[in-house]
Amino acid sequence: MASPERIGPKRLVVGAHYGMGDWMSQRFTAIVMAVYTVILMAAFFGGRNFSYDGWAGLFSHAWMKVATLVVFAALAYHAWVGVRDIWMDYVKPTGIRLLLQVGTIIWLFACVAYGVIILWRV
Amino acid sequence: MSDLTRPTRPIHRNINIGQIVAYRLPAAGILSILHRISGAVMFLLLPFVLFLLDKSLTSEISFGTFKSVTSNWFAKLVILALGWAYLHHFCAGIRHLFMDVHIGLEKESSRQSALAVFAVSLVLWVAFALKIFGAF
Repeated sequence: MASPERIGPKRLVVGAHYGMGDWMSQRFTAIVMAVYTVILMAAFFGGRNFSYDGWAGLFSHAWMKVATLVVFAALAYHAWVGVRDIWMDYVKPTGIRLLLQVGTIIWLFACVAYGVIILWRV
Repeated sequence: MSDLTRPTRPIHRNINIGQIVAYRLPAAGILSILHRISGAVMFLLLPFVLFLLDKSLTSEISFGTFKSVTSNWFAKLVILALGWAYLHHFCAGIRHLFMDVHIGLEKESSRQSALAVFAVSLVLWVAFALKIFGAF
């Protein structure tokens, strides 16, 4: 089969079948974030007198820093898969798509780095 | 149903914006495109959310900055939009996880679960809005 998607007779370099791992990761990262969301929502709706001491106190615990960092990592991977889906659906020229994908990775990586700085300052 | 009685439906290939606007999506379709749009909005506004987290956590002084930034009407509008995006994405995502394990795939149940997602996420959103405007 000499189709342009194939290198040699077997190897498929584009197409949906390469996405199984990403597809699964997007689901698992979603579950991680959903659990964190429920905890945060309980704090948000249950809390009264939103104060600096209470809010910063919550994030001063090591377990909260770790949980939040795990969520940042999950969010970055989840968003990467989702945003890449958007580029793959709507942006067909390979060069522009590649540029957008690289931009997405840098954007998300920078956001996680900023998140780490914030968390470790508290 | 035989082929003779089946109505001829328009076939769209390389759908254009005029067709997209004219096409009547079912509830599950509206939910799905809003799932994508809300995700994209949150992706683009992620630095703003982190900025708010930064200001709210760093010090008493920055907490004051956080309070004054979030009391601005435009910032409140953006936060309301982000709140909607988050809650819609969250609820639609949970529905998606059920469908991934083949629960509620039938036409009618998927329509009902889509409507349920709109109902739950909008109620949560109203509660969120009341909370940030200090109603409770």
